[in-house]
Order: sequence, then structure tokens, then C-alpha cells
Amino acid sequence: MNLIRPYGDRRDDGLVQLAFTLPVPAGAKAKEAASQLVKKMGFKSVLVASMEPAGERFSVFVCYGRGDFALDFDRVEAPEVKHPKHGFDALNARIAERLGRPIVVVGACIGSDAHTTGIDAIFNMKGYAGDYGLERYPWFRAVNLGAQVEPAVLVAKAKELNADAILVSQIVTQRDIHKENVRALIEILKGEDLWGKAILVFGGPRIDHKQALDLGFDAGFGPGTRPSDVANYVYYRLCEKLGLPEE
Amino acid sequence: MAQLFVDPAKVGRARDLAGRIADQVQARIDRHTTVSIERTALRLFGVAGTGSTGAPVANLVVDRLQQANVLGKGAVYWLGRALKDGGSDPVKAVERLLGQPGALSPLSMAEERALRDQMRREARAAAGELKRRVRERNAFKAGLQVGAFEGAPLRYVIVATGNIFDDIDQARAAAEQGADVVAVIRSTAQSLLDYVPQGATTEGFGGTFATQENFRLMREALDETSRRLGRYVHLTNYSSGLCMPEIAYMGAAERLDMLLNDAMYGILFRDINLWRTLCDQYFSRRICAYADITINTGEDNYITTADADEAAHTVVASQLINEAFAHRAGMKDERIGFGHSFEIDPDREDTLLRELALAMMVRELHPKSPVKYMPPTKHKNGDIFFAHVYDAMADLVAITTGQGIQLLGMMTEALHTPFLQDRHAALKSASYVYRAARHLGSDLTFKPEGIVARRQREVFDRALALLEETARDGMVAAIGRARFGDVARTETGGKGLSGVVQRADDYFNPFLEILEGRED
Repeated sequence: MNLIRPYGDRRDDGLVQLAFTLPVPAGAKAKEAASQLVKKMGFKSVLVASMEPAGERFSVFVCYGRGDFALDFDRVEAPEVKHPKHGFDALNARIAERLGRPIVVVGACIGSDAHTTGIDAIFNMKGYAGDYGLERYPWFRAVNLGAQVEPAVLVAKAKELNADAILVSQIVTQRDIHKENVRALIEILKGEDLWGKAILVFGGPRIDHKQALDLGFDAGFGPGTRPSDVANYVYYRLCEKLGLPEE
Repeated sequence: MAQLFVDPAKVGRARDLAGRIADQVQARIDRHTTVSIERTALRLFGVAGTGSTGAPVANLVVDRLQQANVLGKGAVYWLGRALKDGGSDPVKAVERLLGQPGALSPLSMAEERALRDQMRREARAAAGELKRRVRERNAFKAGLQVGAFEGAPLRYVIVATGNIFDDIDQARAAAEQGADVVAVIRSTAQSLLDYVPQGATTEGFGGTFATQENFRLMREALDETSRRLGRYVHLTNYSSGLCMPEIAYMGAAERLDMLLNDAMYGILFRDINLWRTLCDQYFSRRICAYADITINTGEDNYITTADADEAAHTVVASQLINEAFAHRAGMKDERIGFGHSFEIDPDREDTLLRELALAMMVRELHPKSPVKYMPPTKHKNGDIFFAHVYDAMADLVAITTGQGIQLLGMMTEALHTPFLQDRHAALKSASYVYRAARHLGSDLTFKPEGIVARRQREVFDRALALLEETARDGMVAAIGRARFGDVARTETGGKGLSGVVQRADDYFNPFLEILEGRED
């Protein structure tokens, strides 16, 4: 048993900071309403630290509250992508030695989503935050289809190249549009030989590993992911799928 | 004062090269029209609304003319011929005309002249009405305060709820908190639609559709807010994608103040055909010039895909090319808002000096233009507290270097479309930084051999080399080699090529004649 609570200034003080907007003009009544709302959330010793008018019909609040809820940390489960991580040269050397062929990866930002930022960060030569993109790896054959790609087009390309992995990026998640898009992709894939064979990777600013697993992917990568994280994951997962012994 | 440490002879050389690059393709632009240009001309003649299938009437008419292989003569010419025999439904009239035997044979000289004169008269009347609305807007604006104070960048924020009525609520609130410019983000897929949707819209992802009715509703709300605040609130939308000319026309008709409009953005970042974009940017910019709309170019996008420090020279080179194209479309410097951004990896050292170097260079290379400064986005990852500080640094560079327009960064970038409270925090801190650093720029002098000066020279030399190469090999070849934004495109690839049509010798577009100042 390892009970934990939010930590403000002292262990177990349970202090939480909240920020939100209410659709009412700032004033004594709005402030009281904010305080009552935070109490309704289950907080005690509520402090409305600031109330700012945001235009004439809205107000913005910063509040503090003490929560007496706690959690047994030992009983928390969170799936994680786990494998050793190699640098650029070491990973290329491993692929050369153990697979003897380049790993084929196809990626796209699917549906109407026009944002290439995520998929480009992983694929483009230059990569992201000083970490080379997949196109730079001599032992990856990386094909980036860009944004606004229909799921069927991505699957067709993956089939044509006999892809080892399919990378899907989704930036826009308003009203869960991303879930619709990836469900459509999974439905198409299920009718193909690639199903169960190709590694399915999902990435985006509001994507995490657990959510990706729930949607039928092998792994999910959230904000801050570097190309080498994806490269290493795909290599290890591929070895696993091919039944290669552990190193 | 922003300082420029680049040899003026090199700047002159770079402008000459950019002019040559634009001239090489302008000749081809002048020999072509596009379906979107023709639809725009029809719209000026009052061809509006949708047909029974929900498709815009302008699209139905232009598609039918293209099928009949006669669009090269100009849609307005055929509209004139079709309506000459009476009737008011343009789709039915064009259908009837094309169905008649000998319909496509030329009229007698006298009839031909009478027809063209008649259409020119109507075009003049419609363009005059457009001009009247623009003058009305200008007069309204002249009676109000503009911006926080003389020399402060216009504080530009976006609304992106996906519902025009929610957008209006948020735009009003933003204006009340100090926003000077409101941009209504479009639904993610709109740039690839080859038509403009109709009416007020309450759906879309990452924004709602750009429609003429949405423009009207938002401008009406902002007029009322501007009047109440005594400060003019500008409205922006997107003249990019497959309908650049039509959006520009609708923006002009509904008194928009700014439009995102770039000579290369669609080619590089939306994979729209190269010639389609080049033709469309020309016509749309002619409209912007006529309607006093300030365009915002999109060079900031180059450094969100490529490394910002590495690719800084592509921003500078592309701005000069965009300028050359804008001049060829009759635009004045005062209406060209060159885009660039604060985007260098914050983990590095001396990024503030390197950002100042570029921001001052862009400012001084285009002294009369309201250059538009974009906030950092690429290196934001959900740490909203860090992001807020990061944005404040961009605010500091913007006020110090005298940027004309500043898109304010959102601390929740990379998380979701901006919350009302995100805009509140951004506006409050930008107003603080502007106030605190109001005269910092005019008191500050950089060393002629310091980091800033050396950085400017290095970037400009690389920009000049890129312009030399582009002028030598042509813009098409340079784009083919991914010289801009790290993206390679071919002249036969991309969307919308089938909508590019060669003009016939007797091509008729009285709207273009007016925009080019060629009418009698």
C-alpha cells in the first residue's frame, strides 16, 4: 500500500490548482459561483485566487482546492512501450545485422486533417529536436504520404510496399474525429493480409499508448516523441513479430 | 528601430532576381485562366446561390462550359450570350445556348461588340458597388482607434470553434480584451474543396467553413463591437487552397480586412497544382489590391516543417518572391503582410538574439509593409506554463522590432483549439509586454560585428544564393528540388490542374480588365 495525494507545499496536503472560464460577467456573484463549483468537484478549503473579466460576458478564474482523495500507487496499471533504446548508428547496425534488409514504414495524417507537423517530425530527414527522422536512416525505407490521406490510400500504399509498419498521425481531435478516422482504417485493414502482420503505430498530441491499444494499434506515441523512439519501437516489435530471439 | 546589417547592393541584387523569377512565370499566368477565376467573374455578375443538387450555380455554369470546351473564351462572354435571349436562370440559359446548333460560332462583329460593351457596363457597375463598400469600411475605420498605440503590433488572435455563432461570441470577447484582428479558422478540409460552401455553417473540424454568409455575420458582429469599443477590430480569413479568387471576392464584398494569401503555400503545403496556384494567386491578389485587403503570406510555415535556424534564408528569399508576385498583381507594399515566425528550438543558446536578427531583417527589408509575426508552435508540447513564457519572448521580439501584426501564441498550442481563457492570458501578457517595452527598440543599438549583425549577413547571403539558383533554373525547378519548406512538387502534380485552362485569343473577362486598370 502506497497512498498518494497531490503535493502542494507539503506531503499529503492535497492541494490542486484549477483554471477555468465561466460564461458570466465578473463580480461577487461570479466569484461565489466559481467557489461553489470547485466545492462541487469535491474540493475543500477552496480559494478563488483570481477572477479576471474576459470580455463583458465571461470571467476567467484561477482557484485552489484541497482534495482529500488518495490513490494506492502500487495498484495503478499503465501499459508502456518497453524496450532498450539505441542511437542512430547502433540501431542501423542492428537492423543490418539481424534483419539484413531495411524496415519498410509508411505513414500519413489521415482523413480531412491537414496538419503534417506530427508525421513530418517523425519522417523528415531533419527530424525533431535534433533527433534524425526516419528518412535519414539508411536501414529504414520511410514513405511519408503527408496529410489529408484517405485511409484506403494509406492501406493501398502499405500493401504495394509490403510495409512492416504503418504510422498514423492525427492532430485534430475535435469531437473525436480522429477515432472515426482510425476506426475506418482498422476496418479496411481487417480485410487485408497486412492485418496482424504490419505493426500499427498511432501518434499525435492527444494520443497515448493506452488509447492506441484500445483502438486496435500496437502502440501509441504522444507529444514530445522523437523519431528515434518510433524507430527503436518498430525494430523491437518487428523482431518480436518475426520470432527473432531476444538479444 | 530595427537595424539591418546587410549590404544594400546585395538587397538590390536580391530584389532584381526575385523580379526575374516572377517574370518568368507571369507570362504563363497571363495566358491562362482557371475554373475558380471564371467562377469569381460570374459571381461579380450576381451568379450566386446553389442549384438543385446543392452545388453552387457558378460551379454548374463553369463546369458545363468546360465540358463544352469553350471556357477559354471566358465564362462572362458565354453568360452574356446565354442571357441575351432573355431568361434569368444562368444554368438553364447556358444549357439552352450550348444545345443550339451553331451556338458556338462567332456573332457578327457588331453584335459581338455590343455584347462585350454591355457586359463591361455591368461589370463596371458591380465593381463600383464593391468599391463603395470598401470605401465605407475605410471611412468607418478612419473614425476609430487602430491598435493599442502607435507602433504597437496589431494583436491577432484566432477563433476556431467550428460553429460560426460560437465563433462570434468568442471573437467579441477577444475584441473586448484587446484583440485587434480576429481570424476565423476554416474547417481542415476546405482548402481542397473546388467550390465555396453556402450559408451560415455550424460544423467543421478545427474551424468552420469560409462562406460569404459567415463573413457577413462575423463582420456585422465586429462592426458593432468596434463601434462600442471605439477601436477597429479587423477580420481575417483564408484565400488559399483551390478557391483563392472566390474567397478574395467574397472577402472584398463583405469588407474583410485581411486574407491569408501566398504565391507558393498551396503548392508546397496543400499539394495544389503549381500552375493552378500561380494563376489563382494572381487574380485573387488583383482583387485584394482593388479592395484594400492586406494579404498575409505564409513563410512562417517553412520553419515549422524545416529547422527554423537552418531554413531562415528560405523565409527571406520566399518573401522577396512573394513581394515580386504581389507587385505584379498591383499590390502596394502597405498591403503586403509578410509572414515569419519566432520558432527556433528553445533548448539552444542565444535564440533571442537570433530571433531578433531575423525579425529586424524582415522588418527592414520591407519597411512599408505590415510584417506579420507568428508565434512558436513546433516546440510546444503541452507544458502550458513554459509555453506562456515562451510566447512572452515572442511578444518582446515583436514590439522591439516593430512588427505590424502579431499572431499571439496560445499556451495550449498542440493541445486543443484555443479556449477563451487562453486568449485572455495571451492578450493580457502581450499588452503588458508592449507597454513595458514600448521604446526598447528605439533605444537599442546592436554592435556592427555582433551576433545579430553576423547572423543577418549569413542568412541574407544564403537567401541570395537561393535566389540566384532559382532565377537561373526557374521557380518550377527550385520547387522540384524542395528548396522551399523542404517539400518537392512537380508542375503536373497536385490537385486542381484540370481547372487550369488556356485563354483563347479573344478571352473576355471584364472584371479582370477593371482590376488590371485596362478598361476604357
